[in-house]
Amino acid sequence: MSTRSIVPFGPQHPVLPEPIHLDLVLEDEKVVEAVPSIGFVHRGLEKLVEKKDFQEYVYVAERICGICSFMHGMGYCEAVEHIMGIEIPPRAKYLRTIWCEMSRIHSHMLWLGLLADAFGFESLFMQSWRIREKILDMFEYSTGGRVIFSVNKIGGQRKDMDGDMLKQFMEVLSGIEAETKVIAKTFLGDKAVNSRLRGVGFLTKQQAHDLGAVGPFMRASGIALDNRKLGYAAYPDIDFEPVTSEIGDCYARCDVRIREIFQSIDIIRQAAAKIPEGEVAVPVKGLPDGEYMMRVEQPRGEAIYYVKANGTKFLDRVRVRTPTFANLPGMLETLKGCDFADVPILILTIDPCISCTER
Amino acid sequence: MGFMNFTKTVITNLFHKPVTTAYPFEPEAYPERTRGKVGIAIEQCIFCGMCGRKCPTGAIRVDRAEKRWTIERFGCIQCGSCVENCPKKCLFMMQNYPQPAADKYEESFVQPPAPATEEAPKKEETKGKVD
Amino acid sequence: MRDGIIMEVGAGSLVPEVLMLKHEGYRLVQICATKTEKGYELTYSFGQAYKLVNLRLKLAPGAEVVSISDIYEPAFLYENEIHDLFGIKVRMMALDYEGNLYRIDQKNPFQ
Repeated sequence: MSTRSIVPFGPQHPVLPEPIHLDLVLEDEKVVEAVPSIGFVHRGLEKLVEKKDFQEYVYVAERICGICSFMHGMGYCEAVEHIMGIEIPPRAKYLRTIWCEMSRIHSHMLWLGLLADAFGFESLFMQSWRIREKILDMFEYSTGGRVIFSVNKIGGQRKDMDGDMLKQFMEVLSGIEAETKVIAKTFLGDKAVNSRLRGVGFLTKQQAHDLGAVGPFMRASGIALDNRKLGYAAYPDIDFEPVTSEIGDCYARCDVRIREIFQSIDIIRQAAAKIPEGEVAVPVKGLPDGEYMMRVEQPRGEAIYYVKANGTKFLDRVRVRTPTFANLPGMLETLKGCDFADVPILILTIDPCISCTER
Repeated sequence: MGFMNFTKTVITNLFHKPVTTAYPFEPEAYPERTRGKVGIAIEQCIFCGMCGRKCPTGAIRVDRAEKRWTIERFGCIQCGSCVENCPKKCLFMMQNYPQPAADKYEESFVQPPAPATEEAPKKEETKGKVD
Repeated sequence: MRDGIIMEVGAGSLVPEVLMLKHEGYRLVQICATKTEKGYELTYSFGQAYKLVNLRLKLAPGAEVVSISDIYEPAFLYENEIHDLFGIKVRMMALDYEGNLYRIDQKNPFQ
C-alpha cells in the first residue's frame, strides 16, 4: 500500500528562476496531482493603462517580459494600429519580422540553456548561452538595448537597419547556424540527454487541444497551428510552415524548438532579401476608438492583446493573455503520473514565464 | 543516438582564447546606438519642457525661470523619447550607463546666465533621496 | 460563424452556447473582463484552427456568473483571475482559490 504525501515545490527552486509554487501530491515517487499557485510577482501592468496614454503605454507593454519584450511591444502597437486604421510602411513590417525572429532565436537559445542546466549538463548550458550572446549583441547593435529594445511605436519603428548592418547580420547568423547545428547534435543525439527527455511528460494531440495549450508545447503534440500564419507584420510574404512533431514528450518539445531556431534563421534571410526601401514610420493622428483582439505568435506561444479604446488618449482596457497562462493546465496534465525527479524538466519544457503570466 | 557528441566542442574550447573580456580592467566597447544615459548640451536648450512632457516615467523636470534641467537618473528608462522629441536637438544618448549608487539621485544642469561667455557649462550635482 | 465575431449572450444562454461551441470542436482561448459604465462585460474567446469566436456577457455590478470550468477545464485559471481582480463572483468553479490566486495587498484592484 502506498502512502500519499504532499511536497511543496517552489517558488524558490534551483532549477526554475521563476516564482511558481506547486503542491505536488505524491504516491511513493509518482506525482498524482499538482495544484499550482501563482501571484508572487503581480505588478498590475494592465491597470497602469489608466495612468499612461496610449502612446506611452508601448514602453509599459515592452516591460511585461524581458525575453519577448519586442513582441509584447509589437503586439500592443499592432492592436492599436488596427483600431486606428493605420497602415504602417512595408519596410517597418519587414523590420518587425526580422526583430521578431531574432527574439525567437534568443528565447529558444535561452530555453535550451535552461534545459541543459535542468538536467545538469552545465557546459551545454554555457554553449547555448554563448550563442545567444551573439543575438543580444546584434540587438544592441541595431536597437541600442540588449533586453528592452524600445524600437516599436504606434505607426512604425523608431530605428532602421541599413544594408550594411543587414549584411553583417547575415554573416553572424551563418555562424550561429553552424554553432547551433553542433550543439543540436548533443541535444538530440546524446544518450544521457535522451534518457532524461525521451518518454517523459506525454501530452496527446487531443489533450493539447482540449487544455488550450499553445506554442511549441502544442506543436510538439502534433497540432500545426502558428499564429504567424494569421498574417501580421511581413509574414504573408514569407514562406514557412509550422514546425510540428507527432511524439508529444519532452524530447519532441526540444526538437521542435531547435527546428524553430533554424526556421527563424531562414525567415530572417528571406526577409532581409526582400526588404523594400522606404520610410519606417507614419505619423499618427487622432485618437483610437473601438476594440480589437490581436493574436501574436511569441516564442512561447500565442499571446493575445485585447485593447479597448474610448476615443480619448487613455485606453479603457488592455488585457494581455500570455502563452504561459494558457499552458499551465496542459503542464498540470503532463505532471500527473510522472516521476518526482522529472518534475523540474517537465515544468521547464513548457518554457514558463511566470512574471509574464501575472503581468 | 551516439556517444562523445560533445567532444569536438570541448576540444575546440580547450584551444580557443576566452570569449569573455576582462571587464572592468578592459574597457567595454559599446556600439554606436547603445542607449546608456541621456546627456544634454545645456547651452542650446530653450527650456520648452517638451522632454519632460514626453517622458513616460516623468523623470525629467525643466525649470524655465531658473534655466535648470533636472533628470532622475534611476527614474529614467533610457527609452529615448525625449531625444526624439527635442525641438533643438540638444538632448542626446550617451553610450555609457549611469553608475550604480546607493541612493536615488538627481542630476541638474544649469544654463550659464550670459550666453556670450565661452566657459564650459556648469554642472551641478545634488545627491539625496527622492521621494 | 465568422472570424473575430463578437456575439452577445445573456446570463442564461451562456452555458448552452459554450456547450454548443465545445460540441463543434472549439477550444477555450481566453476569458477577459472589462469594466464598463454599466458594470462589467466578460468576453469569452474560443478558437478552432485559426478561427476565433467571442461570446460577450454583460453583467450588472454585483451580479454573479456561472463557471464554465466543468465544460472547459482551463477556464478555472481565468475565472479565478477575474474574481481576484474584478471582484466578480463566479459560481461552481472546478478549483476555487477563494481570492488567493494573486497575492495582492488590495482586494479587487480593477473594480
